[in-house]
Amino acid sequence: MAVPAPVLTMSGIGKQFPGVKALDGVDLRLSPGEVHALMGENGAGKSTLIKVLTGVYPADTGTIELDGAGVAFGSPLEARQAGISTVYQEVNLCTNLSVAENILIGREPRRLGRIDWRRMRARAAELLSRLELSLDVAAPLSSYSPAIQQMVAIARALDVDARVLILDEPTSSLDAGEVEQLFMVMRRLKEEGIAILFVSHFLDQIYEISDRMTILRNGRLVGEWPTSELSQVQLVAKMIGQELDALERLHGAARVFDRPLVEARELGRAGAIEPFSLTVHEGEVVGLAGLLGSGRTEIARLLFGADHASTGEVTVGGAPASLRTPRAAMNHKIAFCSENRKEDGLVPDLTVRENIILALQATRGWTRPVPRDAQDELVGRYVKALRISPPDPEHLVRDLSGGNQQKVVLARWLILEPRLLILDEPTRGIDVGAKTEIQRLVAELSDGGMAVLFISAELEEVLRLSHKVEVLRDRRLVAELPNDDELTTDVLTETIASGGRAS
Amino acid sequence: MRRLLWPAAVLVLLLALNVFFTPSFLAIQVRDGHLYGSLIDILRFGAPLILVALGMTLVIATGGIDLSVGSVVAISGALACLRISEDAGVLAAVAPALGLCLLLGAWNGFLVAGVGIQPIIATLILMVAGRGLAQLITGGQIITVNDEAYKMIGGGYWLTVPFGVLIVLAVLAITAFLTRRLALGMLIESVGGNAEASRLAGIRSRGIIVMVYAFAALCAGVAGLMISSNVSSADGNNAGLWIELDAILAVVIGGTSLAGGRFSLAGTVLGALIIQTLTTTVYSIGVPPETTLLFKALVVTAVCLIQSPSFRAKVFRRRGGTAPPAAVAEEKARVREEVPPDGVRS
Repeated sequence: MAVPAPVLTMSGIGKQFPGVKALDGVDLRLSPGEVHALMGENGAGKSTLIKVLTGVYPADTGTIELDGAGVAFGSPLEARQAGISTVYQEVNLCTNLSVAENILIGREPRRLGRIDWRRMRARAAELLSRLELSLDVAAPLSSYSPAIQQMVAIARALDVDARVLILDEPTSSLDAGEVEQLFMVMRRLKEEGIAILFVSHFLDQIYEISDRMTILRNGRLVGEWPTSELSQVQLVAKMIGQELDALERLHGAARVFDRPLVEARELGRAGAIEPFSLTVHEGEVVGLAGLLGSGRTEIARLLFGADHASTGEVTVGGAPASLRTPRAAMNHKIAFCSENRKEDGLVPDLTVRENIILALQATRGWTRPVPRDAQDELVGRYVKALRISPPDPEHLVRDLSGGNQQKVVLARWLILEPRLLILDEPTRGIDVGAKTEIQRLVAELSDGGMAVLFISAELEEVLRLSHKVEVLRDRRLVAELPNDDELTTDVLTETIASGGRAS
Repeated sequence: MRRLLWPAAVLVLLLALNVFFTPSFLAIQVRDGHLYGSLIDILRFGAPLILVALGMTLVIATGGIDLSVGSVVAISGALACLRISEDAGVLAAVAPALGLCLLLGAWNGFLVAGVGIQPIIATLILMVAGRGLAQLITGGQIITVNDEAYKMIGGGYWLTVPFGVLIVLAVLAITAFLTRRLALGMLIESVGGNAEASRLAGIRSRGIIVMVYAFAALCAGVAGLMISSNVSSADGNNAGLWIELDAILAVVIGGTSLAGGRFSLAGTVLGALIIQTLTTTVYSIGVPPETTLLFKALVVTAVCLIQSPSFRAKVFRRRGGTAPPAAVAEEKARVREEVPPDGVRS
């Protein structure tokens, strides 16, 4: 099948943020009448690329051509007027307004300066019928399901003569039937010759709907393939990346783990993670591998009591434990460094010292402050041991770089001397140096007898550190693989892609 | 310390303005064994506001707000005066009044932390209902009392110093001790700064929130005693009317963000003094009575604008034509959402 002339060409796009190269020489071609998937793990540069395309950020380097003519959009509005419409992940509609108002907000048909309601409803119904939807356009949007709301968002995007439609994770909150409905609409738009750029983390959906895909990794272009020519395994491998250097395992001689510390039996939470069973032994590093949204974080949160389990039970050190709150988990000496340190890790307005001391102080209550010299001593020790920079404990934590912020959260939990340390993506978004330091620290801690549950999107890292690897896919724990010499990133990739041990 | 610079500068400016119009403004004399002078008056009349604002500071630091303090002021004064008029001793009058205030504050805290009602609504309930409760206590009348010992609280002197000022100093010292010597302050700032992170760090934020609302009501209760004692009467309708707004203003002028997080007790005291000084200034420089409120509004607006870093940055940019620091910070903040940059932000 010959690829028709592209409607949109981005070439050599580069974007630099302070300290990070978000995009580096990325190309993207969209042809009319195709669904093009933009693939990549978190932080690969997908959203940045979309934002450059729609004029949210200016590109530092590279060119964008629409129908062969060079363009540079100064704002999303300009991009939209040129025919590039975006539907974002979070539906940004006003659910209290009517369907018609939502579709035509800001562009209401007017007569003598007043809104012509009749014409507005007619126009809205017409746009919806293009998507083969018939709704009561005068009803408030809140009376419709999330899927329909998503369609309304698309109808709004189509009101302007859209030639390129960007759908940024439109399916993340939809159920299977609703996804099918959305796909029907997408196929219809495709027939009309609209180019659709589709972002999703669900591999099956990508394979169902997309014609071609562009894969990004760490801000660089990995390549462009027709979907039919790339298997799921190949796709996952390209997204995660495989530098095939020999994996230096950080641990010493093989050890036998026979003292179970935390055991989860059929633990699960409806809508978040299917019931799973998992045993973490003393001194053992258990890696959780899987794509984004596969349930890694959900397991961590259940084990820390950050969310309530709906089924199953947990024993700690052989005795049944009720992990209903973080505090309860902390009493069992379980600690949790969350994935999103900005939102649920740090208190940005407090100093490094206060952030480090926070959990310890919480366990003591407000009436028994940690004496100031004890604080200074503890904080000083960890600032030094973790090489937190700047080494000033009175610095506001908001001003630290990502890697140092991560170390602050880590220090907060280490001073509690936990028996199980749960680390959710502790090395994401931090520089290579800090990354290695954190990896070494994890190895040391486990050699000292601490159990670690290690979550990372990078398979090399998981392999390097873990004694055994739990593989997740689509919110289900699908395999437990001992980290022996046969386990390679290839095997892991295959397991993630196929959903079972493949060997 | 730098955060206190602007409120302090404003206070000095206001005082200087007064000295310009009334050269003897700063003079303090001892008359009849009492300290006497305009500055003493500012402290004496400002005492209830400082108290209410101190309690409000902690509430605001948790990210909340308490609109009911004005009503609590009225309730406290009403109950105490009722007891006095029933010939109870001062202690037997004050203790139930303050006890009731604590209970009402805990109720506010329960609505906010336990039930999960937004603070502005939760405390609005008591703001409205509290006036009714105060009137219920006074029987719809203004209760006048004549008790020397009770009069002492708001109108008396001890060792030449107004007794109310001493109470303020005591409450300030206790608050500073609880929040800064003990760990309460840090936990409050943590809850207000990032509630979810605090929960995941194991902080029991409910207890802390109930505590700050109870404390705010207690402070308002003491202020209510002071106000009713000073005029020897309890007026359920008008005692403490609008004091919640002045208190919120004092907290904001003092540099504590309404979004919660970091708070400054010293800043709040300065803020309350600024508001009280402003009232005095209006009289001393002879602003016509009909324009008093407008004049106050203008000054308060100016103070708030000066306090705002982004406003200062804008003025600076227009005048200086150099790189706008606020805009740069904004841009960086936006970028940081996208990809955390490495390296320290200057």
